[in-house]
Amino acid sequence: MNAAAPQPYTTEDGREIGGVLMEMKNITLKFGGVTAIKGISFDIQEGEIRAIIGPNGAGKTSMLNVINGFYHPQEGEIVFRGETRSRMRPYEAAKQGISRTFQNVALFQGMTTLDNIMAGRTLKMHRNFLWQLLRYGPALDEEIEHRRKVEEVIDFLEIEHIRRTPVGQLPYGLQKRVELGRALAAEPSLLLLDEPMAGMNVEEKEDMSRFILDVNEQMGTTIALIEHDMGVVMDLADRVVVLDYGKKIADGPPGEVQSNQDVIDAYLGVPH
Amino acid sequence: MIYREAGQFKTSYRQDAAIFPILQDRIAIWFYLFVAFIVIPTFGSDFFINSMMIPFLIFAMASIGLNVLTGYTGQISLGTGAFMGVGAYACYKLTTYFPETNIIILVLLSGFFAAGIGMIFGLPSLRIKGFYLVVTTLAAQFFLEWCFIRVPWLYNYNASGAIEVPQREAFGLIVTGPSASPSVRYLVVLSIVVFLTWIVSNLIHGRIGRTWMMIRDMDIAAELIGVRPLYAKLSAFAVSSYVAGVAGAMLVFFWLGAAEVESFDVNHSFLILFMVIIGGLGSLVGSFLGAAFIWMLPIIIRAVPKMTGLDINASTVEQLNFMIIGALIIVFLIIEPHGLARLWAIAKQKLRIWPFPH
Ligand SMILES: Nc1ncnc2c1ncn2[C@@H]1O[C@H](COP(=O)(O)OP(=O)(O)OP(=O)(O)O)[C@@H](O)[C@H]1O
Ligand SMILES: [Mg+2]
Repeated sequence: MNAAAPQPYTTEDGREIGGVLMEMKNITLKFGGVTAIKGISFDIQEGEIRAIIGPNGAGKTSMLNVINGFYHPQEGEIVFRGETRSRMRPYEAAKQGISRTFQNVALFQGMTTLDNIMAGRTLKMHRNFLWQLLRYGPALDEEIEHRRKVEEVIDFLEIEHIRRTPVGQLPYGLQKRVELGRALAAEPSLLLLDEPMAGMNVEEKEDMSRFILDVNEQMGTTIALIEHDMGVVMDLADRVVVLDYGKKIADGPPGEVQSNQDVIDAYLGVPH
Repeated sequence: MIYREAGQFKTSYRQDAAIFPILQDRIAIWFYLFVAFIVIPTFGSDFFINSMMIPFLIFAMASIGLNVLTGYTGQISLGTGAFMGVGAYACYKLTTYFPETNIIILVLLSGFFAAGIGMIFGLPSLRIKGFYLVVTTLAAQFFLEWCFIRVPWLYNYNASGAIEVPQREAFGLIVTGPSASPSVRYLVVLSIVVFLTWIVSNLIHGRIGRTWMMIRDMDIAAELIGVRPLYAKLSAFAVSSYVAGVAGAMLVFFWLGAAEVESFDVNHSFLILFMVIIGGLGSLVGSFLGAAFIWMLPIIIRAVPKMTGLDINASTVEQLNFMIIGALIIVFLIIEPHGLARLWAIAKQKLRIWPFPH
């Protein structure tokens, strides 16, 4: 069953995937009586696109929340870049280069696209309060240097035209794109995407798929994504882990997972 | 087509990141400053300066303070009156101990005492939100009011229980006390207000202001991105209370001349909150517009019967005043919940595309 061995491998399109970036070992997460994750182990390798799939309530979002320190598992440990941790605050996860998007867009609705993406660079800005008071010298230089990076992200995602629009006024599809921009602005080493294409039409999904592939290829960013659309998963993912009722039922390359009987049963709703 | 940006190409991010990227806006700012610093002191009557402009500026300053906290950081407070009081009493004690020090410096220093107290009462905001936070700021208001009465040291053991502003000079001019001229007091207040508005505007347009707005719009996402709520919220409380504290010190030293606890009671907290809401949450321009609306409109309404020769007795005018202002506030909030600042922005937008309808 545990097909994927944490060893370097070559993807179908010939990219070298090598070295474990993150390893989850025997993670168990409970909310009172509900056990959202039951002893799951899997790994994410440097440079790959790793999909997490499963029916509703399988524990996918909970898993991302564990990875970036928002939930603390009762059991198990997490190894990130060789360092073992059991507890971590989201702030520290962000500092270590983990950034994410949310299942329900979690943008700063009152702020413009530009400010939202600038917000993604918060951790990289260091000029102190006194310089900020004057908005002069180092503080202004810093602001402008980061503005340049943010404009790169804006160009990349093709959202120049909504730069100055408060995101609350944008259609849902664009909001998802801005949220990706905010995560990218942090230049993450691990990017977590929770259903990045939910609620999108076909065209928007194609755009988003292209951006995700480009991020992975051009910036070499490791991506873990949750997605319901099997077609999209087959196209994007290098390896897939399948959850059902908080348990891992399959793990491996998309083609292999798709033909797995347990996975078919889970998706068709065969009683356990 | 007078107000427009056509032909003004921003060639660098430095230009684009300027707080007023449009030339006409910059010209307008200089124009307002010219009117405020030159025209009003030269041509304004003592009544206009003393009863309208000085309190308007001071309340605008206090509104900016509250706007930092409520409009930009999303933390509602009913303690503004008390934080203004802290600034006023601190300034009074400072000038008692350091009578020779320039009073303007002391006014600016007294804000730090308000900032310290504000941060202490801001600590609960790390755990509680919304309605419950309002209750704790209200508790701060009542506790501080109690201190202003029960700690006679604060008012130098005066039998009256009030603080009376001594005469102080700065730059060779009398700036406080009964013999200070309205124009001099006005210019001092105006300089402080312009300076602090500039400072607050700098903060808002930079990283710190963004962390405030992130907390306001979605605190959980802000934390996941790497904002530490402790720093963001407490810095907002500190800046907000600092500005309110300076406003309180100015209120007593450059306008009232003497004050006791009533000048800093919860009614003032509400007054400032109304100014912020009417003017527009999260807008510096709105803070000025809101203060102008709430402070100046009653004065104008009071003047109407006199000017038109109508014979209405004073108490009826007062009642009418309450009714008109109250009704306007309600109408206004229904029509434009984002306040005067939004109307202002819409007007500018219209002007930008004028004379074309779209
Ligand atoms: N904060 C929480 N408190 C209590 N229970 C929770 C909490 N978060 C998740 N759960 C429960 O954990 C289980 C897994 O939820 P999770 O959101 O991880 O599922 P998911 O796989 O992301 O589902 P979906 O596809 O609907 O997004 C569900 O039964 C859910 O009710
Ligand atoms: Mg989910």
